[in-house]
Amino acid sequence: MNQLGFPVLTLLIALPLLAGVFCLFTSAATARWLALGATVADFLLGILLWTRYDVGGAQWQFVESVPLFGRFAWALGIDGIALMLIELSVFLMPICILASWDSIEKRVPEYMAAFLLMESLMIGVFAAQDLFLFYLFFEAGLIPMYLIIGIWGGANRIYASYKFFLYTLLGSVLMLIAMLWMARQAGTTDIPTLMAYDFPVQAQTWLFLAFFASFAVKMPMWPVHTWLPDAHVQAPTAGSVILAGVLLKMGGYGFIRFSLPMFPEASSTLVWFVFALSMVAVVYTSLVALVQNDMKKLIAYSSVAHMAFVTIGLFAFNRQGIEGGLMVMLAHGLVSGALFLCVGVVYDRMHTREIDRYGGLSNNMPKYALLFMFFTMASVGLPGTANFVGEFLSLVGAYGANSWVAAVATTGIILGAAYMLYLYRRIAFGEARTTEAAKMFDLNPREILCLVPIALATLWMGVYPESFLAPMRADVGTLLARIERARPASDAQLAMGKAPALPSAAAHGEAH
Amino acid sequence: MMSGSLLLTLPEVILSAGALLLLMIAAFAGDRATQLISALAVLLLAAAGFSLFGPAGSGGSAFGGLYVADSFAAFAKLLIYGAAIVSIILAHGYFARAGALRAEYPILLLLSSVGMGMMVSATDLLTLYVGLELQSLSAYVLASFMRRDLRSAEAGLKYFVLGALASGILLYGISLLYGFTGTTLFSGVAGAAGDGLSTGELFGVVFVLAGIAFKISAVPFHMWTPDVYEGAPTPVTAFFASAPKVAAMGLLVRVAIGAMGPAETSWQQIVIFSALASTILGGVAAIGQSNMKRLLAYSSINNVGFALFGLAAGSADGVAATMTYMAVYIVMTLGSFLCVLQMRDAAGNQVETIASLSGLSRTRPGLAAAFAIFMFSLAGIPPLFGFWPKFLVFDALVAVGLWPLAMIGIATSVIGAYYYLKIVKTMYFDEPEAAYAPMESKVEGGLIALSALAVSPLGYLAIPFLAATSMAAAKALF
Repeated sequence: MNQLGFPVLTLLIALPLLAGVFCLFTSAATARWLALGATVADFLLGILLWTRYDVGGAQWQFVESVPLFGRFAWALGIDGIALMLIELSVFLMPICILASWDSIEKRVPEYMAAFLLMESLMIGVFAAQDLFLFYLFFEAGLIPMYLIIGIWGGANRIYASYKFFLYTLLGSVLMLIAMLWMARQAGTTDIPTLMAYDFPVQAQTWLFLAFFASFAVKMPMWPVHTWLPDAHVQAPTAGSVILAGVLLKMGGYGFIRFSLPMFPEASSTLVWFVFALSMVAVVYTSLVALVQNDMKKLIAYSSVAHMAFVTIGLFAFNRQGIEGGLMVMLAHGLVSGALFLCVGVVYDRMHTREIDRYGGLSNNMPKYALLFMFFTMASVGLPGTANFVGEFLSLVGAYGANSWVAAVATTGIILGAAYMLYLYRRIAFGEARTTEAAKMFDLNPREILCLVPIALATLWMGVYPESFLAPMRADVGTLLARIERARPASDAQLAMGKAPALPSAAAHGEAH
Repeated sequence: MMSGSLLLTLPEVILSAGALLLLMIAAFAGDRATQLISALAVLLLAAAGFSLFGPAGSGGSAFGGLYVADSFAAFAKLLIYGAAIVSIILAHGYFARAGALRAEYPILLLLSSVGMGMMVSATDLLTLYVGLELQSLSAYVLASFMRRDLRSAEAGLKYFVLGALASGILLYGISLLYGFTGTTLFSGVAGAAGDGLSTGELFGVVFVLAGIAFKISAVPFHMWTPDVYEGAPTPVTAFFASAPKVAAMGLLVRVAIGAMGPAETSWQQIVIFSALASTILGGVAAIGQSNMKRLLAYSSINNVGFALFGLAAGSADGVAATMTYMAVYIVMTLGSFLCVLQMRDAAGNQVETIASLSGLSRTRPGLAAAFAIFMFSLAGIPPLFGFWPKFLVFDALVAVGLWPLAMIGIATSVIGAYYYLKIVKTMYFDEPEAAYAPMESKVEGGLIALSALAVSPLGYLAIPFLAATSMAAAKALF
């Protein structure tokens, strides 16, 4: 079966699902504890999964497959990339539940059920080894997120929930048609088989575009990112955390799992397109972030900019780029999640996200100011934090592919520092602009419990990224071997330098 | 020979004889016996369903090629009888509250079921017509069943006038086909169409398709649907949206594949147009609706469009997909109407406005959850089971190389998703309105729960079974 002797992935998916169903029939207090218990149990299972994952072993581990549905199977299995994303999901989930502990007051059982369902579906997306099973999980996530934004969101929540749902739905239905065609063509729905299947080059472009429609919206890439700021601003804090932390990663995961290995030629042909959109995203959304007056919107736009680093890295067609893209995904999952939590902390106290109503928080909320500063620096990409590793690697990769792209993308780092530091100055330094802001109390133990683990993980990832890169290394290697044949020509041609003639040294050698 | 043929038509025999018997009971015992007659009607339908497992399910041709008992007909008939049974059960409470509990309702449903059985078994244009008329005449009466209700009477009249027009068009097409091919047998028409369609035959095909399109309420022959669905008593609407849809779709599939199979390129473009127009119009026109029954009428137009995509593929896969679509569709649609029946204000009066659903998730969480499941399922959002038939029809299109059509078709499903989401939004996001009256009947609650479970992700476990039976049904036509 697998190295654990029981279907651990099915258990990971089923546990939150069952807990979610139970939540619906309990009181608010019980639902909170039940949700926390289930997510912590899932986290422990996730730890077990990581410790037992055999780095350097088989490409697909913990594989299970039951031909349950006739046309497709309940087939699960993970490689290192999926493992890391599952770890990210199970790590963020208990924090989300804790973050919603007091701030969600109405309809708590339904809220917890929606979150637990969300967790099941997210793990399912990363663990699915069947094309259509993947699609089911991928799409099903829309329903709980629609409800989370629509029921527990802010004032303009209904518009945001519709926009989120319809935007992402339109993107993914086209992908379904492409999947149907692929399953017909290749005669299988098994993702590992499809990853090694060579589709006709002519068809690849169409297939790539259909998948791109889905993943670009999910990612989100400019210009189809407009649903994200709306969804983030209106969603409750924990909803934003999970949206930025995990849901956006599905787009990048899709590129790695489907677009690149299944359509290498098309990826190579259209790489200019991906680069162009990403370059616009880095510069444009960073500038947009600079002028935001709403904290969540600012962080949402910064997410779009960071995700552009992911796409640039992934489509660099070299190891640094792909590993960098993956690291940005993980790092951004932690850091932007934490930033949304930081916004949530002050929002719970003042019920406004308007930056101008804050100020001087370092005076009355020193612990908060410290942690917020840490995550601001992490978002900027300070060495020693997770983002630095990812952004550095993906820029190195981009430089290997196209130096113009690398040059434009690097401005994003400067702009990122500008908008984040500007945000931090307006919130934490100076004098409080309103009396309410001056009266806010510092972090309570629950909030510290939410933020400190993320800070530690961010440091870990920044100081010793090897822990996270090691499981993914072999899979990136497999991917590289697969796309090597289509690698586009790079403009950075390394040439052997002319070594200065050293006749004296040669003579010196002869002498001995 | 004759007795053999009768054996093959056993379901129709059981239902016709039973209906006449029940009519006698009704004549002598009056409306007091309604409950008994309803129960007996359900039993008769169940018996007719069971008889399909004998020779009546796969016995072959009867009456010299006028009628066929094959697995396609059996599949459709099982759906029809099932939908009719549910329509009888869900009607009781409604008519009892309205003080209109009348014995004729189950009997008319039985007669209509006979007609529908004939429709899906017909292999002759005239058998087809007689079956269709029997079904339609019962339906006209059912639409105006609440005689004193102005809307119901209007619905009946409208349905009758437009239905008669459609029957006329159909009959005209049949006469053209007969005139130009010299036969009314499907096999004969198919033989004549084998060497290309003459202009006369083409006209015949177009008129026949137009007549049938009316019955499945496909665009551009859909305009009666919202008015009739809104005016007819809700149980009758539930019935209209389920069983006759299956019957007419089965009929269309059999005519298209059986009688006009060789002329596929001629009717394929008509079906494609109608399918696309139905999904788009059904989606766009539903957005502005404020009445739940009208919305569901547009939803049925929309869904019929998707089912037609399967037929447009013209392959066995496509036909199997269409039949699976109808099977899942009637569960979703009957479930939705069961929920609509629960929409009653505190005084017990039926309400139909979408606005009255506001905040249902807080006043009646169970009902709201079921309703939401039906809505997401009708929209075809995975992981609900309504996604699966959409998956199949588009898969059939892709398999025959019509992927551009599949791309456009699936994009139109996003339009439809909008108005289904609107219902979920009203129930879950809006502030509560006055609560509905509590559920009166455990049976209705059980049926809602059962159909909600069937279209929940648990439904996926039924895929192997559905695939095998629908494929067997489709294979009977090829």
